[in-house]
Amino acid sequence: MNLEERLLNGDKRACARLITMIENDEQEAIEIVKKLYKHTGRAYIIGITGPPGSGKSTLTDKLTKELRRRGKKVGIIAIDPTSPFTGGAILGDRIRMNDLALDPGVFMRSMGTRGSLGGLSRATQGAIRVLDLYGADYIFIETVGVGQSEIDIVKTADTVLMVMVPNLGDDIQAIKAGIMEIADVFAVNKSDLDGADKTVVEIEMTLDLNEKKDYRPPVVQVIANKNKDVDILLDKVIEHKNYLESSGELKKRRSRNIKLEILKLVQEELMGIILSKTKQGSYIEQLSESVSSREIDPYTAKDKIIDLMED
Amino acid sequence: MDKPIRVLVAKPGLDGHDRGAKVVARALRDAGMEVIYTGLRQTPEQIVAAAIQEDVDVVAMSILSGAHNHLFPKVVNLLREQGVDDVLIIGGGVIPEDDIPGLKAAGIEEIFTPGTRTKDIIEFIKSHLKR
Repeated sequence: MNLEERLLNGDKRACARLITMIENDEQEAIEIVKKLYKHTGRAYIIGITGPPGSGKSTLTDKLTKELRRRGKKVGIIAIDPTSPFTGGAILGDRIRMNDLALDPGVFMRSMGTRGSLGGLSRATQGAIRVLDLYGADYIFIETVGVGQSEIDIVKTADTVLMVMVPNLGDDIQAIKAGIMEIADVFAVNKSDLDGADKTVVEIEMTLDLNEKKDYRPPVVQVIANKNKDVDILLDKVIEHKNYLESSGELKKRRSRNIKLEILKLVQEELMGIILSKTKQGSYIEQLSESVSSREIDPYTAKDKIIDLMED
Repeated sequence: MDKPIRVLVAKPGLDGHDRGAKVVARALRDAGMEVIYTGLRQTPEQIVAAAIQEDVDVVAMSILSGAHNHLFPKVVNLLREQGVDDVLIIGGGVIPEDDIPGLKAAGIEEIFTPGTRTKDIIEFIKSHLKR
């Protein structure tokens, strides 16, 4: 059997190898995804995001087990940061999910960001397609620990689950733009800590200020490491899924995301063309020198590069 | 960016001493590798399942409990049973000299004992990759 048939048969090794090939930009993998693309879109994508140490991995582990109890097949992509200096990474999300490894209905993969800045890895979208074809009913995407503006997850997930913890900051943090705006469901994890109620109230007050819509993100208190109320949280995620499906919003959300993905692919390809037209960037180096010695300005340098594209 | 080498760093067995494994993980990271760190007390079955799903180039295991003669070969055998033969397997920890030839014969390609420089581990990995 070839790679493609093995993937469609739910073979974990084939699935793993294809994700590697996608991460490494191998044309063969892209051809397989192209060929099978019409069969994708079946899996439901849940993004799990939140600050470092908020318990995203532990919560993903527990939500996965709950979905398994409900008979669903689950894929997980967990992302940790790649060092911008060495290109290396420590991917540690498996530590909290070790006993999922042996479950035949779960496929879990760790990825480094590899230069991507929005909280996901560059190949996330491709890896989702592979897991979809592998047969996952639900796919969790666990982002890197986010600060305030890593919001690429909203361009990728169907439901965004924001994991908060008590005592992270005053309530003005909650009304800043950015990560607070993208959540469809809020989990206040470690809710046995003091201040959990206050965190819930702050989130609710922020939501009160939002424009009134058909759907209001629920806020659920959980204690992930004790598996407390994780089932209730999952129900809220499923309610959001049902809302998106029945209101037609899911279709809208996905087509918006596809448009963004196409633009990103075009952008990457154009950067590649620019690099090859500028002798792998050495002409850009040269221009940068001229700009830093004030011989020319950055706008003129940009025009010179754009001129090359017209040849 | 070119393809980083992916390494699973795992601690099979029951001892709780992971300082060595963490030092190695950090050194491999600084050498530009992607290190999947799985934490303590992994069964051979869990290590093999993780190695397959993560599609790693290298499995690096550390044991300080004395169970190396049982656990290291078990991981090699389970990987072979699954048809995985293109992964470099190395081990480390407090391993008596006398045990090393037997472990190598069982398919552990190198054993690094206390005092090994991390530079040597990195060099070994880079020059012995199987794919």
